[in-house]
Amino acid sequence: MTESIPIVVDGATLTVAGDISLAAALLNAGIVGFRLDEHGKPRAPVCGMGTCFECRVTVDGVTGVRACLEPVRREMRVETGR
Amino acid sequence: MTPDAIVVGGGLVGAMTALALTEAGADVTLLEASFPGGGSSGAAMGHVVVMDDSPAQFALCAYSRARWQDLADSLPASGEYDGCGTLWIAATEDELGGAVERASQYWAAGVAAEMINSQDLQALEPELRPGLAGGLLVPGDGVCYPPAVARAISARAASRGARVQPGSVVQSVEANAVRLQDGTVLYAGAIVIAAGVASPYLAPGLPIIPRKGHLVISDRAPGFVRHQLVELGYLHSAHTFAGASVAFNVQPRRNGQMLVGSSRELVGTDPSINRTLVATMLSRAVEFVPRLGELRALRTWTGFRPATPDKLPLIGPWPAIPGVWIAAGHEGLGITMATGTADLIVAGISNTAPPIDPAPYRPDRGMPSIDLIAA
Repeated sequence: MTESIPIVVDGATLTVAGDISLAAALLNAGIVGFRLDEHGKPRAPVCGMGTCFECRVTVDGVTGVRACLEPVRREMRVETGR
Repeated sequence: MTPDAIVVGGGLVGAMTALALTEAGADVTLLEASFPGGGSSGAAMGHVVVMDDSPAQFALCAYSRARWQDLADSLPASGEYDGCGTLWIAATEDELGGAVERASQYWAAGVAAEMINSQDLQALEPELRPGLAGGLLVPGDGVCYPPAVARAISARAASRGARVQPGSVVQSVEANAVRLQDGTVLYAGAIVIAAGVASPYLAPGLPIIPRKGHLVISDRAPGFVRHQLVELGYLHSAHTFAGASVAFNVQPRRNGQMLVGSSRELVGTDPSINRTLVATMLSRAVEFVPRLGELRALRTWTGFRPATPDKLPLIGPWPAIPGVWIAAGHEGLGITMATGTADLIVAGISNTAPPIDPAPYRPDRGMPSIDLIAA
């Protein structure tokens, strides 16, 4: 059984499985609005394999990180909705 | 009297031709193998530019761009037309000298163009590297999102009475007849082949070969560049036929994304990405716009320009098959020239006065053999 770890999403601490992608962690937590398009509408992951770029979030200050390719890490700070 | 017509190919050239024929009173059917704008139009950069590689190229560009002015105002927002102008960049004093010659040709033809010195170039485009010699600004040029424009124009043709049939794969074209892959045969007084790189399969002997290109689109960075930027060396690096070449060409899109080109290769119709060539292409762009390298590339794709040996499109009747007309072979200028091509086809089919001399674009004109060039 994988250890659960804390991550910080938009200022709130979530406890997530420690061996999954950030995209999976966010979706498991019911977060579907990963980023905003140019018209301000929320976008969610489509492909889950790094091709569609719809799941971009900010991780530890780095913008444009594809959540589907990013493993979760203890205490990582994630910002959605950019 | 305009006969009924079938247009084969729903790229922007075919869609615009179908619309113009419909507006001229013809009963039009537009056949598209996939969906409007799904081929070369969908892969294209979407520039509406006046190029002057030859007097005939200049004439059709200038006429077509003037027609684009009205068209642009009528497009839906999805067409993303942006009259950002083209800024041709001179890296050296030699290139700047060449730009003066070009500018005088533009002025003589009534096309607005402005010489830009080194300091003003920096002010116009602060992201360009220092030390460039200057440039030539062509303010009437623009950019659009071609698949959306092709879709809007085919929808407009349909709303005015044309039958638009996506998913119709044409197997062969005969005298006044088109045979579909499903066995259906359609008849018309005029058949216009506007199938881009696929056109020679329908009209054997048509001198068109696919010239592959790569494009990269970046993340949004609004205001990063303001004009379409092209190196003046483009004409030289982009117009050699043998071997691959790259040239610096960056467009700002309306949503702040940057579209980066360009590459040219003769490698058949293999759509796979040539990473070495993309790296060369991006390095060339970064030489001109250093901080472009800090932007994230979101997507890379390829497309095929329908190229001809003499760099002019094929517009007019195809004598080998009675009743057949060609509107193809525009290479990288199909988006620009779609409007003028449509008008030339309408004038030819309806036997009315053409807006410009159509002779330089006749599909059966003399030109070097495509086989020699492709070899």
